[in-house]
Amino acid sequence: MKKILELHDIKREFQMGSEIVRALKGVSFDVEEGEFITIMGSSGSGKTTLLNTLGCLDKPTSGVYLLDGVNMGNLSRNELAQLRNEKIGFVFQAYNLLPRTTALENVELPLFYNRKISPSERKDRAIEALKAVKLEDRLHHMPNELSGGQQQRVAIARALVNEPVMILADEATGNLDSRTSYEIMSLIQELNQLQKKTIVFVTHEPDIAAFSSRTVVLKDGRVVKDTFNKDRRSAKEMLAALPQTEDY
Amino acid sequence: MSILNLIRLALRALQRNKLRAVLTMLGIIIGVAAVITIGAIGQGSKISIHSSLAGLGSNLIIIMPNSNAPGGARLLGSNVETLTIRDILAIEKEATMINGVSPDVQSRGQVINGSLNWPTTIEGANEQLLSIKNLSVTKGIPFSDHDVKTYAKVCIIGQTVVDNVFPKGVSPIGKTIRFNKIPFQIIGILAKKGQNTFGQDQDDIIIAPFTTVQKRITASIYFGTIFASAKSEALSVPASDELTKILRVSHHLRSDIDNDFMIRTQAELIKTLGAVTGLLTALLTAIAGISLVIGGIGIMNIMYVSVTERTKEIGLRMSIGARGIDILSQFLTEAIIVSVVGGVIGILLGEGLAFLISHALKWPPVVDETSIIVSFSVCFAIGVFFGYYPALKASKLDPIEALRYE
Repeated sequence: MKKILELHDIKREFQMGSEIVRALKGVSFDVEEGEFITIMGSSGSGKTTLLNTLGCLDKPTSGVYLLDGVNMGNLSRNELAQLRNEKIGFVFQAYNLLPRTTALENVELPLFYNRKISPSERKDRAIEALKAVKLEDRLHHMPNELSGGQQQRVAIARALVNEPVMILADEATGNLDSRTSYEIMSLIQELNQLQKKTIVFVTHEPDIAAFSSRTVVLKDGRVVKDTFNKDRRSAKEMLAALPQTEDY
Repeated sequence: MSILNLIRLALRALQRNKLRAVLTMLGIIIGVAAVITIGAIGQGSKISIHSSLAGLGSNLIIIMPNSNAPGGARLLGSNVETLTIRDILAIEKEATMINGVSPDVQSRGQVINGSLNWPTTIEGANEQLLSIKNLSVTKGIPFSDHDVKTYAKVCIIGQTVVDNVFPKGVSPIGKTIRFNKIPFQIIGILAKKGQNTFGQDQDDIIIAPFTTVQKRITASIYFGTIFASAKSEALSVPASDELTKILRVSHHLRSDIDNDFMIRTQAELIKTLGAVTGLLTALLTAIAGISLVIGGIGIMNIMYVSVTERTKEIGLRMSIGARGIDILSQFLTEAIIVSVVGGVIGILLGEGLAFLISHALKWPPVVDETSIIVSFSVCFAIGVFFGYYPALKASKLDPIEALRYE
């Protein structure tokens, strides 16, 4: 199996006034292609710092991070931007869709920053990505005309459109109710299992971790647990098991 | 990112906040419209003054008597009598740079036709005056050299005189009117000229041979003025130098004695008035220019607000692969589009206003390409200049912090 992520002794320190805060104290693990890994940890565990590093938004103080074989430590700000554009698809907790912009245009956005893609190809690929998240009938809806789950699916389509090597989700179900969460998780599982997408999902909900194939737990800037999940739950089945009408 | 993509992104961003974009443009619109309108008014008034003075003959040279007495009582120019027929003969014989020369004697008086009368001015001149002053006769004929030599009691009259002393529908040609009791036969009517720049009615006039006017009305051998016409506008200054020499000889002035006449050219007057209107136009344009700068500051202000407001969007764009330069060019393009679109609307509005004003004041409409090109480039420059700092601020944001901005 091809290694998508390789982390060797990643350390990240911040200067806060006169104090040095050590957010990551030597994190090492590898992620292979097609894995669905959740990164868990309570607040202050270094989860967010690790996420920023994995997303090539932040460089580690020391250690080596290879993303799809590229050492990001040697790259400039602009090269990092290009790397994010080509290799990473972000999904955020708050969706981060552009307001008053149609779903289609939101999904097209990453392709605007890729010089190799022509306007017609851009549109075709955005429509494909929206089809993949089953929103082909919502192409021209504005975010405020979509439900939370639909908005997150637009965001997932936006993450897919550049055909990244990894989808990096940050608490992607944090704003959703449990039914919609299961819908989103079932979509993500589908992407992982059918399309063999590598998924890194940062969360603090153990419930969500149960859907993944591997869980890495962080505590105080170190990996304290790295386990493969033997009996993955299927979000689709969970969804089917939920009562159809909720009685209040 | 390609320019086309940049423009598309900028237009989408502006569409999301149409009202704000329009309000931001308003400053630029007003500034540009003001610059264009004032420029056009200045240009139009300049042309209008020039054409109304040129209507008198832009090659016109005016010679007036002047006092050269070094001491004693200084006399008013118009009370001095130095210009005579000798000067005319000398000029006709020696001057090389003029097309024509005519004496001019004027007298105020009452013109009477039957029961109608009207106060007007009679102007005595020779047959060359009409061409010197750009006048023409619409009905009848002008008087001739022969009429001048024979002291003929003939005249040509202006339209105002016709309107006041002849009932409607009666042709004045061949009729006799009396000016201060002296009968004159009307042989021609002057083409209507309207008011000159100074509001004087140029049609309220009777023109007759100067010999007749001198003998019958002014009873003087002196002329109030001599009019000459240079061969071209450019020649009017050398021609007036030449006339000065001829007149000094004709007046037997020793080299240490001042001129007993003065020479003015129409070209000088046009230049002076042109300089005055030019100065006023420049002043007003500068004030309008200030409003354009204020419009630019408005753009800068709104762009700063916009960058702050869209911090999260900037963070998102950066996280999905926008480089600093992409963000910079996006915001810069927005600023340029706002100012250039505002500029185009301002140009149209300004030209429209200029057209209305020139129409109302009956000036020739002035569509000045350079002012359009200049305002367009100025708007572009304003967009770049005032858009740059907010755009730079946006491009320098840290994606992590920008994403987390609420």
